[in-house]
Amino acid sequence: MERRDFLKGVIQLSAAATAAGAVVAGFAEENKKNPLMLRPPGALPEEEFIKTCIRCGLCVEACKNRENKMVLNGKEIDTLFLAAPKDDAPIGTPFFIARTGPCFMCGDIPCMYACPTGALTPKECQNDKGKVAIDYAKMGVAVIDPSSCIAFWGLQCTACYRACPEMDKAITIEWKQNKRTGEHAYRIPIVHEDYCTGCGMCEEACVTEKAAIKIFPREVFLGKVSDRYVKGWSKKDQQRVKNASTKTTTKTPWSEKNPLNNLNEGVSWQ
Amino acid sequence: MNKIKKYRFLILRRITQVSILFLYFAANAYGWKILIGNLSFSKLFNKIPLTDPYAFLQMLFAGAVISSDLIAGVIIILLFYAIIGGRAYCSWVCPVNLITDFAAWIRRITHHERDNLISAMKIRRFRYAFMIVMLIFSAIIGAAAFEFISPIGIFTRGVAFTFGFGWVWLLTIFIFDAFVLKNGWCGHICPVGAMYSLVGSKSLIRVYHTKENCTNCGNCLTICPESQVLAPVINKKSDFITGIECTECGRCIEVCEDNALKFSLRNYIKGETNEKISTH
Repeated sequence: MERRDFLKGVIQLSAAATAAGAVVAGFAEENKKNPLMLRPPGALPEEEFIKTCIRCGLCVEACKNRENKMVLNGKEIDTLFLAAPKDDAPIGTPFFIARTGPCFMCGDIPCMYACPTGALTPKECQNDKGKVAIDYAKMGVAVIDPSSCIAFWGLQCTACYRACPEMDKAITIEWKQNKRTGEHAYRIPIVHEDYCTGCGMCEEACVTEKAAIKIFPREVFLGKVSDRYVKGWSKKDQQRVKNASTKTTTKTPWSEKNPLNNLNEGVSWQ
Repeated sequence: MNKIKKYRFLILRRITQVSILFLYFAANAYGWKILIGNLSFSKLFNKIPLTDPYAFLQMLFAGAVISSDLIAGVIIILLFYAIIGGRAYCSWVCPVNLITDFAAWIRRITHHERDNLISAMKIRRFRYAFMIVMLIFSAIIGAAAFEFISPIGIFTRGVAFTFGFGWVWLLTIFIFDAFVLKNGWCGHICPVGAMYSLVGSKSLIRVYHTKENCTNCGNCLTICPESQVLAPVINKKSDFITGIECTECGRCIEVCEDNALKFSLRNYIKGETNEKISTH
């Protein structure tokens, strides 16, 4: 009888713990991702980041007490925050909101080096040759909404271009003829993702009521071209697809035969 | 003055709990480098890493690559509590203890100590099951699952950074403890406390009970948040309180009018029942 009671207790407690655990885990699973969150420089890919970040806030503390304090409109700007239960980010993890607190790209990257777990790591903040610098950070990428960017309306703005710490690399200005008036020029900002660090200075500087240039996580915004396509008339890009496979990966009943046979026999479209 | 002496452990505990919170706050607000971070990971004097062993375990189960800083931190914490502190984390460090002690105090002054909605006896070992289950779920969702709701994290991050709606969760724990189950969160659910119970089960500092002095008044059993650790010893034998769930809070020593309880060092070499060196 005693063993029976013991077993009963074990089963009841395990069931209760599993039920409670499932609720917590379900909550955690729902709240562990916000794909639009901007992370500090050197952050691991989001999936790995959420595993590795212990939510200690050393990065936020390093950011708050950094040397190059920036004052905008008479107010000291805090960049990094640790997500509290009201913030739209996985609880306890660091994030920044570019419009109100962009990353000032400190040369010594205090937040990244403060991280004890490697969730922020120099490995994610270096160029192809392994040189670590804040200019190689990939916090996000700036995206322009042409419908609300006043440069596309024919006004001379360039606020984002001038705010950009990677001036003339991450954002360039392209001159175009304004065909609407026939006698004026557009000065259109163009973002170059390979230089853009996603710091958000452009979004902060944007003059429109709601920013016309915004930072999105690179995962969210950037596409990926397969090696089936080559940049038009580019010798250099030809090299990229040098070893591309010529085999097609699409398999349908029609692709079993070669195209010529298909054409000769005629394709029956049911 | 006598009152201060009587409640010496309570006062000391409140001092350590509040100073730790204040140091975390000051690290962010004023850039002090004494104790930075929060209770999941801290750096003492900007050098010595301290890692919460349960957060560490969850990360391990979630499949994170563990850094050397984390390992060093977890070793320091494990050694400290395994050798010295026992489960002292819960009553000397953790800020949630402020809330649950407040709830217990409300119960005491309204004389509702034993009005529980849930049978405390039946769910006594729930926390250990919950501790294991949360590790398994951490592995399943690929993230430290308990950290999403940990009131310890929410409290310490709230003080050092921003609270947000975190206070709602802390209030929930207060209500649960005050009106649903006595000592409900810390004594029955919290997996971090369960972890520290296991880690500190053989620690040296323990409460020692002298049977000869005991008048069986029951003050200690009433005040103790984990009275099941006292029950087998009080007025039965002169021995150490060896129950692993003892939080070393010292409340029993304070309320004892008969000098039957004191902090003492376990002596493994001479055997546990020998008279020990008093530490008070």
